Amino acid sequence: MNTMNINIKINGTPVTVPAGTSVLKAGKLANTKIPALCAHPDLKAWGACGICVVKVEGSPKMVRACTTEVVEGQNYITHDPDIVETRRTTLELIMSNHPNECLTCPRNGCCELQTLSAEFGIRDVPFASGVRRLPEDLSTPSVQLHPAKCIACGRCALVCQQMQDVWALEFLNRGDQTRIAPAGDVTLAESPCIKCGQCSAHCPVGAITEVDETRKAWAALRDKSKEVVVQIAPAVRVALGEEFGLEPGTLVTGKVYAALRRLGFSKVFDTNLSADLTIMEEASEFIHRFTTGGELPLITSCCPSWVDYLEKYHTDMISNFSTAKSPMMMMGAMVKTYYAEKAGKTAADIVSVAIMPCTAKKYEIQRSDDMRSSGAADVDLSLTTRELARMIKQAGIDFVNLPDEPADSPLGIYTGAATIFGATGGVMEAALRTAYYMVSGKNLTSVDLVAARGMDGVKIASVKIPAGGKEIEVRFAIAHGMANVKVVMEQVRAAKAAGKELPFHFIEVMACRGGCISGGGQPYGSTDEVRAKRTAGIYKDDKDSVIRLSHENPSVQALYKDFLGKPNSEKAHHLLHTHYVPRPLYVK
Amino acid sequence: MSVITKDKTATEFSSTLVQFIEEWKDKPGSLIMILHRLQQEFGFLPRPAIIQLSQMLQLPLAKIYGVVTFYHYFKLTKPGRNNIQVCMGTACYLKGGEDIIHELENLLGIHLNQVSDDGEFSFESVRCVGCCGLAPVAVCGTEVFGKLVPDKLPEVLAKLKSN
Ligand code: SF4
Ligand code: SF4
Ligand code: SF4
Ligand code: FES
Repeated sequence: MNTMNINIKINGTPVTVPAGTSVLKAGKLANTKIPALCAHPDLKAWGACGICVVKVEGSPKMVRACTTEVVEGQNYITHDPDIVETRRTTLELIMSNHPNECLTCPRNGCCELQTLSAEFGIRDVPFASGVRRLPEDLSTPSVQLHPAKCIACGRCALVCQQMQDVWALEFLNRGDQTRIAPAGDVTLAESPCIKCGQCSAHCPVGAITEVDETRKAWAALRDKSKEVVVQIAPAVRVALGEEFGLEPGTLVTGKVYAALRRLGFSKVFDTNLSADLTIMEEASEFIHRFTTGGELPLITSCCPSWVDYLEKYHTDMISNFSTAKSPMMMMGAMVKTYYAEKAGKTAADIVSVAIMPCTAKKYEIQRSDDMRSSGAADVDLSLTTRELARMIKQAGIDFVNLPDEPADSPLGIYTGAATIFGATGGVMEAALRTAYYMVSGKNLTSVDLVAARGMDGVKIASVKIPAGGKEIEVRFAIAHGMANVKVVMEQVRAAKAAGKELPFHFIEVMACRGGCISGGGQPYGSTDEVRAKRTAGIYKDDKDSVIRLSHENPSVQALYKDFLGKPNSEKAHHLLHTHYVPRPLYVK
Repeated sequence: MSVITKDKTATEFSSTLVQFIEEWKDKPGSLIMILHRLQQEFGFLPRPAIIQLSQMLQLPLAKIYGVVTFYHYFKLTKPGRNNIQVCMGTACYLKGGEDIIHELENLLGIHLNQVSDDGEFSFESVRCVGCCGLAPVAVCGTEVFGKLVPDKLPEVLAKLKSN
């Protein structure tokens, strides 16, 4: 049915689209932009805002393009003076309930409502202002709610409920009293919210934003008594360029290093190195569990939103969680111990900053005492890609024309296996490349584990590893987009309850659709199209890497030799591992 | 697999209530009916009761709150010992129902849908209660106060308080 094609016209131009396509999407395929405020390609359209109205030729009636499926033979009029006037009125009505605070809004310059207002040339709003004074929710370290700016498009609730299956946000009340909030007068921090920031990434306006900590970063950089070092995550390098007009997926690693140095960071390290370290720890942990009859499946733990989700929604699986910290936290611990030692400093002399695609990382740095394994905060500040872009703009750096510079030693070298952490399936692929070596003593002939890649919400496959004349089969599952994790966990539970063989030995989970490349802190505008481009950038970085296996990273080898001993050693355990506790969905 | 909250403000559901919920929970569209029954039992919808219901129905708390706050009928706070319903049907409205509300606000120092500090009074506006001949009308429990004028309200409040 879905493969059937339908022939229609958009403003008289013939186009062929798959059956079931909305007029909104068909317009896009015909290079016509129909404005949309509530609809988003990630979400099921519900026709709430009314801005997308179009006409079917021959009828004066206007229909909503986002909720109308194309019908064979019809000609859709997306723009005429009538339609433009109706859209303008709709826009004015929305704006009459919206505070006129663009100058100081976090979305100034990147707000969908502001853009439409500019395009329609709205100069004054002819309706009485219905702006409501609603309290802000500043309770989480990751995202903030500014409900007075909410235009009730519903995207955040759909994201939080359908894509993420968290149910932290819901519409409360109705009519002009409708507001977006957690259930029953609790704050977001007291709700099941996992801080993924996907609501903020989908909100068309400034009603949900990341917690901006750029001023804290500037303050640290001004403080001459401290050394400020920085790390950048895998997914940042394929997205930051978008903030400076480059195509999604453009690899800007060398320019990010250069920009960070110009901002005043004394050492520029790469989270990719600690991603290699994570693989060493996690692959060792996996093999240990696999060969000694330990608790399986092993579940990856580098996504803090997933950690939070599991601690709330899948508490019975806590013992299956890898104790390995995330690459960011491992790097933080290494900065404040290994690097500090080399530099003749103490942990307290150093401010450790992380640049992440992620809002939840702001929560992770203070998740538990394990995040202070150096004796001080291992990571002091975690900024999103969007915040870094702002700092670069404030510093007047001509990003696009920066030279490519290298990262700093001793924590700057990475392998292709590390960089793919940024995409769904990457951690699994990287871990299996190294586990294969650890078990068989040989490297894979082709390191590309294609079954782990791609945008299917759940990916299931297996690899065979030769082990002393025999062959062992490692079955794995990969889920991304939090709502997709449920079926995987249910399968494991069902097998365990029935005393059957486990369906999987190893499970990778990332909260965000596509993985960190479209994390809640990435440049606005993530859609599957953008995700595909960023992902392609990630795999290109891997392919172009000379070294593509974590265990061959010379800096990581040196790190074990000089400092940590062996993977899962006592020292490694103290600095690189953590533990988990069950948490209630609601604090009260 | 998850604990909704550790806060153990115990809510006892009577066995008939539990039976009612069990009987209806799998039928489509039954949430509103169950919420009505719950409100009948407690006089309002206490948060611990909603949490317990969310567990029994395996429905996200947010979803239930979305429904509860959508309908004016459901109350999330405990009404006063005397909950006065001021009729705002057409007849009562025309005959000064609004003045009654303003005067109640004055006398009690609270707004519509709030509860006085001592827990004695709350008041709400309701649609036609069906005794338009007595307009404007207010109802409290089984008592009906007809042909009200603001000046009579202190007397009404004193009577209710002494009940
Ligand atoms: S941060 Fe994620 S979990 Fe929290 S409210 Fe937003 S979408 Fe929901
Ligand atoms: S907070 Fe943003 S995404 Fe959510 S309903 Fe309001 S405008 Fe839409
Ligand atoms: S998938 Fe990545 S960006 Fe998203 S919450 Fe997890 S770690 Fe953060
Ligand atoms: S985009 Fe179609 S109604 Fe909002």
